[in-house]
Amino acid sequence: MEKQQVIELKGITKIFGRIVANHDCNLSLYNGEILSLLGENGSGKTTLMNALAGIYCPDAGDIYVNGEKVRISSPHDAYKYHIGMVHQHFKLVDTFTAVENVVVGLTKKDYEEIAKKDGTKAQGFNLKASANRITEICNKFGFKLNPWQKVNTMSVSEKQTLEIIKALYRGVDILILDEPTAVLTPQEIEKLFDVLRAMKKDGKSIIIITHKLNEVLEISDRVAVLCKGEVAGDILTENATEKILTEMMVGHKVDLNINRMEIPTTGERLIVQDLSLNGRDGRKVLKNINFTVYGSEILGIAGISGSGQKELLETIAGLNRNTQGTIIFHNPKKEQPVTFFHKNIKQIRELAAQGKFHLKGKKEPLSLVGKTNKEITEMVNKEQIIFYEDEIMNLKGKKPIEIRDLGIKLSFVPEDRLGMGLVGSMDLIDNMMLRSFRKGKGGIVHRNKPAALAKELVDELEIKTPSLHTSVKKLSGGNIQKVLVGREISTRPKVLMVAYPVRGLDINSSYMIYNLINKQKEKGSAVIYVGEDLDVILALCDRVLVLRDGEVAGILNCKDTNKNEIGLLMTKKVEERSEENA
Amino acid sequence: MFLEIITSSIKFATVFLFGSAGETVTEKSGHLNMGTPGIMCIGAMGSAIGAYIYLSILVKLGIPGQTNAFLAFFFTAFFCLLFAGLAGLLFSFITVTLRCNQNVTGLALTTFGVGLYPFVISFFKKEISLGFSSLSSKYLMHVFPESFYNSNWFTQLFFSYGILVYLAIAVAIGIAIIMKKTRVGLFLRTVGENPAAADAAGISVNRYRYLATIIGSAISGLGGMYYLFDNCSAAFEFVVDSYGWLAVSLVIFTMWNTNIGIAGSFIFAFLYIMPGYLNVPGPEKQIFALIPYFVTVIILVVTSIFNKKLGKAPAGLGQSYFREDR
Repeated sequence: MEKQQVIELKGITKIFGRIVANHDCNLSLYNGEILSLLGENGSGKTTLMNALAGIYCPDAGDIYVNGEKVRISSPHDAYKYHIGMVHQHFKLVDTFTAVENVVVGLTKKDYEEIAKKDGTKAQGFNLKASANRITEICNKFGFKLNPWQKVNTMSVSEKQTLEIIKALYRGVDILILDEPTAVLTPQEIEKLFDVLRAMKKDGKSIIIITHKLNEVLEISDRVAVLCKGEVAGDILTENATEKILTEMMVGHKVDLNINRMEIPTTGERLIVQDLSLNGRDGRKVLKNINFTVYGSEILGIAGISGSGQKELLETIAGLNRNTQGTIIFHNPKKEQPVTFFHKNIKQIRELAAQGKFHLKGKKEPLSLVGKTNKEITEMVNKEQIIFYEDEIMNLKGKKPIEIRDLGIKLSFVPEDRLGMGLVGSMDLIDNMMLRSFRKGKGGIVHRNKPAALAKELVDELEIKTPSLHTSVKKLSGGNIQKVLVGREISTRPKVLMVAYPVRGLDINSSYMIYNLINKQKEKGSAVIYVGEDLDVILALCDRVLVLRDGEVAGILNCKDTNKNEIGLLMTKKVEERSEENA
Repeated sequence: MFLEIITSSIKFATVFLFGSAGETVTEKSGHLNMGTPGIMCIGAMGSAIGAYIYLSILVKLGIPGQTNAFLAFFFTAFFCLLFAGLAGLLFSFITVTLRCNQNVTGLALTTFGVGLYPFVISFFKKEISLGFSSLSSKYLMHVFPESFYNSNWFTQLFFSYGILVYLAIAVAIGIAIIMKKTRVGLFLRTVGENPAAADAAGISVNRYRYLATIIGSAISGLGGMYYLFDNCSAAFEFVVDSYGWLAVSLVIFTMWNTNIGIAGSFIFAFLYIMPGYLNVPGPEKQIFALIPYFVTVIILVVTSIFNKKLGKAPAGLGQSYFREDR
């Protein structure tokens, strides 16, 4: 088949305020090829494709479809030229059925055009006929979808399938997929790739936006690389290697290894026993979870999104109340002085009566009977009262603030990044203060320390911000994440829980975050890492716990397992169930 | 007496039904129009202007008093729809094109409408506006002749109302069918549920929001016209705005379904009418008069809980949509 140019972008420029998202981008697409659009986050891949799909109107530059100059000013225009896009955040109506979502937006003229392409008689607004057509499309390309299922009962991969069908239903020849694999399991990714290959055979052109190199090499015919809003070049996949692509992407050489340090663990830190949690609708979200995390260890948590990862971390952090089971925390206080940080004089007296302390430099138990409060305060401040053993405490029933003060930090990076942990409209300093606002006297907060911390983070993590007084929501996603993770790590946690810390981060920043996490491990913290990229989990973590439907499907040692084994554990039960249903 | 309570409840319910049906159309597009009370006032004002123009023309032509049923209804209803629709256009222009906050705009529109109504009315010449009540009693309060509807309880219950009562029920059923069965209804619901999805599917979000708000406002405005010309026999001193608020809350109560709205507005009206018929002496009467308010609050709390569970509210309600927003 002779290669024909179907799309050509010439000199596309898009500016948002002071940020240049795309500058003079040239790109071409041939029929029957899969083109990967590779680039770090914030390099302008999505913006460029949004210009093609009619979401953004480019400030300069021309778009040519089949050699003809066209103007695409709305998604409707894009469909007119048979261009469809599956956005990273699906554009579906949750309360509608699949078929309703597909036909939404189709006018009488569209129906006629579809019928003309099919060679059938035009049908009007008729959900049954549309459902039949959806089933036909499914059979043709090897999808599985029930047209009458409501979107809010669908899994992420089913929603993605629906988005692709929505585009195919409109007869698109050029399909753009924005980060399609970000939320899928390895098995689901394989299925998606099979479908894409079938579409390619059908003569359709596909653009995949991604930042995962292995996928690029696996699926695409050609790779175009974007760097800082400009097209850095394109290369045939057969000539490309991970190394070449990375250098094109970043503009310089980078070290892409996560150094997993083999250091001995420092004893049990957090023991979770028979933990169960009831969700709002009475369904069990967590079922009899048992595991132990050790100091100087990174425990990875893998699972399909929504398997209870978020709930597990929130429960440990004390944010959920309807729990059964126990969470035991070993506070590493052995041979450490007692402080007033989370103990008051009364508690110190009680502990001393139980013989928990000794005086610095002496072996025999310390008695505080007969000492005045003033004397004890002085001794504590001079760090003379020392623990014999680690403190063992049950976290259940403790308030989130108490748990946090014990050094158990939750750095939860939710999907929208600003949802938990940061306040978008406040500046960097104020966001630092969210962790220290209770300190200070008489209702007046201390600003100097948070300001110093903010400055330190900006310098150390290379956070790109105009000033410390810029509101956080104006920063790019990666920088917001650095602020959040950096702040939590700066408090020297004993247990650090991070969820999706690199979601949406570029390669450089991701590896910086991995290094930060590794540093915490080195310092003796226990780290719980919830992630999506199984390659990273295998490289970074010591052990991996696989969650499936709120249950522990298995705890594996990262050194003796592989991606497929984890993927199977993640999905096994789901597949069994769907077979039963069928 | 029981029959009287029912019939007057139905009459009163029509105010709520128009108001809530119009607001439902608006809210289905994702616009939370808190200006509905003001729009109902503007609707009442429009109908009064229409009636005034009609009567003035008759005076100019030298045939005062020779009124005609069709023209009387046409002038009042047309100007009511026109002015209420213009208020909806104003709301859409401010929230969609100028991108202002919907709540603030709506509340401002209410204040504006409630203030504009008496101001405009004060310009009417007395001798002409005297004809309003005759227009009202002659053409708008009853469709069927008195000899027919007064014959027995059945005809009294079903045929003793003005044309707007039947129109309101037809409009409510029509809206429900359009929302559920047609392509336009599906598109409109999409715009209200997820404007980004609608946009990506090629629907013009702004056009749907403009049209839905203008049509919805016009329908709400009819509630004001009905209240002025049918319920109050064209007495200006009664202002409709407090019932406008109930119409807004009725939308939540009916879970955005105008079919339920028919029953819901009857229940609301019944609760309002009933204390007047209760034979309670002295200060206790005041307490009885409070009952409907309490019941309204309780009903709203209960239905709000259900709504949350069922997810009936349009998910994009109250959110502005600009395609290039980041």
